[in-house]
Amino acid sequence: MKREVSRDVERVVLTLDVNGEKRDVLVPSHKTLLEVLREDMQLTGTKHGCELGECGTCTVLVDGKPHLSCLALPIQLEGRAITTIEGMAHGSELHPLQVAFAELGAAQCGYCTPGILLSARALLEENPRPSRDEIREALAGNLCRCTGYIKILEAVELAAGRIQ
Amino acid sequence: MRVVGKPLPKVDAAAKVTGRAMYADDMLLPRTLHCKILRSPHPHARILAIDTSAARRIPGVQAVITGIDLPIKFGILPVTQDERALEHEKVRYVGDPIAAVAATDEEIAAAACDAIEVEYEVLEPVMSIEAALAEPNDERIQDYGGPNNVHKLVALEFGDVDEGFARADKIREDVFFFQGNTHLPMEQHSAIATYVGGRVTLWSSTQVVHYVHRALSKVLELPMHRIRVIGAAHGGGFGGKTDPFAHEIIVCKLAMLTGRPVKCTLTREEVFYAHRGRHPVLMWVRTGATKDGRITAMHFRSALDGGAYGSYGVASTFYTGALQPVTYDIPAYRFEGCRVFTNKPPCGPKRGHGTPQPRFAIELHLEKLAADLGLDGADLKRSNFVKPNTRTVNWLRVTSCGLEECTERVMDASGYRTRARRPGHGMGFAISSYLSGAGTAIYWNDMPHSEVQIKVDRGGVTVYCGAMDIGQGSDSVLATIVAEELGLQPSDIRLVTADTDTTPIDLGSYSSRVTFMAGNAALEAARKMRAMLVEAAGDRIDQITFEEASILAEAKFGTLTSAGSYTPPKIAGPYKGSGVGPSPAYSYSACVVDLDADARTGLVHVNKIWIAHDVGRAINPLLVEGQVEGSVYMGLGEALMEEQVFRKGLHKWPSMLEYKSPTFLDMPDVQTFIVETNDPEGPYGAKEAGQGPLLPVPPAVCLALHDALGVWIDEIPVTPEKVVEALRRKDKGEPPRYGPPHFPDIPYPPVIKVQPPPRDS
Repeated sequence: MKREVSRDVERVVLTLDVNGEKRDVLVPSHKTLLEVLREDMQLTGTKHGCELGECGTCTVLVDGKPHLSCLALPIQLEGRAITTIEGMAHGSELHPLQVAFAELGAAQCGYCTPGILLSARALLEENPRPSRDEIREALAGNLCRCTGYIKILEAVELAAGRIQ
Repeated sequence: MRVVGKPLPKVDAAAKVTGRAMYADDMLLPRTLHCKILRSPHPHARILAIDTSAARRIPGVQAVITGIDLPIKFGILPVTQDERALEHEKVRYVGDPIAAVAATDEEIAAAACDAIEVEYEVLEPVMSIEAALAEPNDERIQDYGGPNNVHKLVALEFGDVDEGFARADKIREDVFFFQGNTHLPMEQHSAIATYVGGRVTLWSSTQVVHYVHRALSKVLELPMHRIRVIGAAHGGGFGGKTDPFAHEIIVCKLAMLTGRPVKCTLTREEVFYAHRGRHPVLMWVRTGATKDGRITAMHFRSALDGGAYGSYGVASTFYTGALQPVTYDIPAYRFEGCRVFTNKPPCGPKRGHGTPQPRFAIELHLEKLAADLGLDGADLKRSNFVKPNTRTVNWLRVTSCGLEECTERVMDASGYRTRARRPGHGMGFAISSYLSGAGTAIYWNDMPHSEVQIKVDRGGVTVYCGAMDIGQGSDSVLATIVAEELGLQPSDIRLVTADTDTTPIDLGSYSSRVTFMAGNAALEAARKMRAMLVEAAGDRIDQITFEEASILAEAKFGTLTSAGSYTPPKIAGPYKGSGVGPSPAYSYSACVVDLDADARTGLVHVNKIWIAHDVGRAINPLLVEGQVEGSVYMGLGEALMEEQVFRKGLHKWPSMLEYKSPTFLDMPDVQTFIVETNDPEGPYGAKEAGQGPLLPVPPAVCLALHDALGVWIDEIPVTPEKVVEALRRKDKGEPPRYGPPHFPDIPYPPVIKVQPPPRDS
């Protein structure tokens, strides 16, 4: 299979609202949000596991809802509020989910952690007291190979209890 | 104990929950070039010609290399140096690397790979164990080993097996198959290299910086002191990043040629082809027992589908036979092992390395033997448990052993003995053991397996160690041990780890060795430092702060440094091949699985898993639980869904969607019991936690399924199709079983007879 590469690819100037900061970027129009965040904005906290929309690792929030950044095009996201893991803490103060994940050992290698934290945050904002099955359902699109998911479930429950 | 045994957060937890941990692909160095690798589309072919001229003409391409540029072979084991970073003579699996491009961006590099013309002479691929045992139609995959495509044959006998069978009241034979599967780390392998002032620096997602360091030195023909390997934050390994990889060598070479940083991150598809995962293993086992269920002899045969290269395969082969006598007291034992080459991605070590397959076979086989004798399977197993402070028939030294206590804990909590019968519901019980570090290094040398240095100045403590934290928490273990000895908190300790320029040697994160080996080295170094501080502080030790004590000690002794190291005891038996299996201590696990199975659809729903793990001593119980739960999860995935299958040389499902692994919705509740037996040689009594608890899960699932539906699935994974087929056979009055029909004829060599150690030693 041959790829067509033209060096005069269409480039666009976009104003993206990421973690409450508006920034202008000049990027090829086909570049994914994942690539723009990591390569053009140096927001490398967003990870990638497949770049095909299968593993949930690259999850970010768009207007508070989980989105797979590897399948999202920034050109469609101007004016939308994008939240990455870098925007989860308030200054040096960690979000209760981050605190609970650290306390309970819910991050082992930590690679899936940013995506799972953001999915969990979206869940708690919509449903502050989720049952364990509701947490499972909400996080089912995020794979983790280290934890067996158990400490993650416990950490989400701990954080939910503290946010009350 | 002030901090040992406390459920403290990992020392790197804050970096990981904020996205600040720096993984290899997160590194952005000025002027970085991007590398793509052209890989073989054929499972088996000779390379007749490679034309890179069109690729070189593409604007943005800075360098193109082929096998001519990296001709020296490497491999993790000294006896199987059979890989090249780029092949220019022959390719042996789909995905074998042929050429590499460095370009100003990834898309240009990919286009340049497409522009490389390769002329192949396609050869017939060898895709199964049976085909590898037969005479090849074209040519052999490798030019060593044999006969045909056999890579390695071993045959050992400990004690008089024929005599053991002669005095048995019942002898049983079974055949099992464990399909291959892969690690599926969330992080795709990534490496970035620079070349400045005649020195190469490589940051990589590796489990073993020292072994990568050695391979780079060999292939790049640079002395080791001109190469620096740094383990970047690690996004999951499970054994899959324990070999030196082609892309690691390639980025170094391209950095040397271009004078610019070069990065290569594998695509997910490439990760599936990089593999080095669980070997598919066919197994045949024959065991004799007295009528009260005591094992009199065991004969075990394995045939491993190794894929195209050696990797860890010789060790994997021995591991399929080594640990059987470490769980059960087997007075006479014969092991015949065989590994073959096939035209598939090379297999290697995955969590449990070569032992989950025989563990599965033995646990089912003994249950069947018990049924033949009219005994309860769990009772038969318990009556044969190894005892603490014994030597096995194959000379392995067992020290602490918590098998009995582990069994009690899961039996009691699960209600296994008193379970009520209802249709489609079942429970299964299985046990396991695993090494706390391999007793011998990958290559022969007399150096310690781990070394730790500690520096104290201005009240701060820095620990230096080559150990690589792959998420299991090895940095936290080092910090906890040093903090315990120095009266501090783990969060007070600064760590410099996995950097070949600045840290002393540690062999890396494999074989569950880090807590035991690096932990003991850290303990020695910390105690020496503590002694200096105590001596300098004198009578005032209880009145002054750590900072004040460190100033007094620095004034008295000058620069404050201490060092510790760990070398495993020389306990290998007196025979060739005895280097695989010895460990300074073995962990033990017991597991009960509770499930419901649908006889109509074959679907299995696991309700709950109870697991007890003898970790010796939990240095951090939170991290031990995390390792145990993660192991149970991975074992369950292998038991029910994960499999690496090929069709016409191609991986059938090289994507995370199609390669099924358990999600949040598939994972049952797990109740974990930590059992502490205080190993006499472990740091504070600690043993391993990261691998052993995987092992009992697949057999416990199969045993529970048999309990539920009365069918034997003698093959992993247990898919609904296999369950339904076994039920169909049962309904037809055939043996209620799905599994391999027979074990192939293998030209094992004559057995080497080894006198076992005296029974009372």
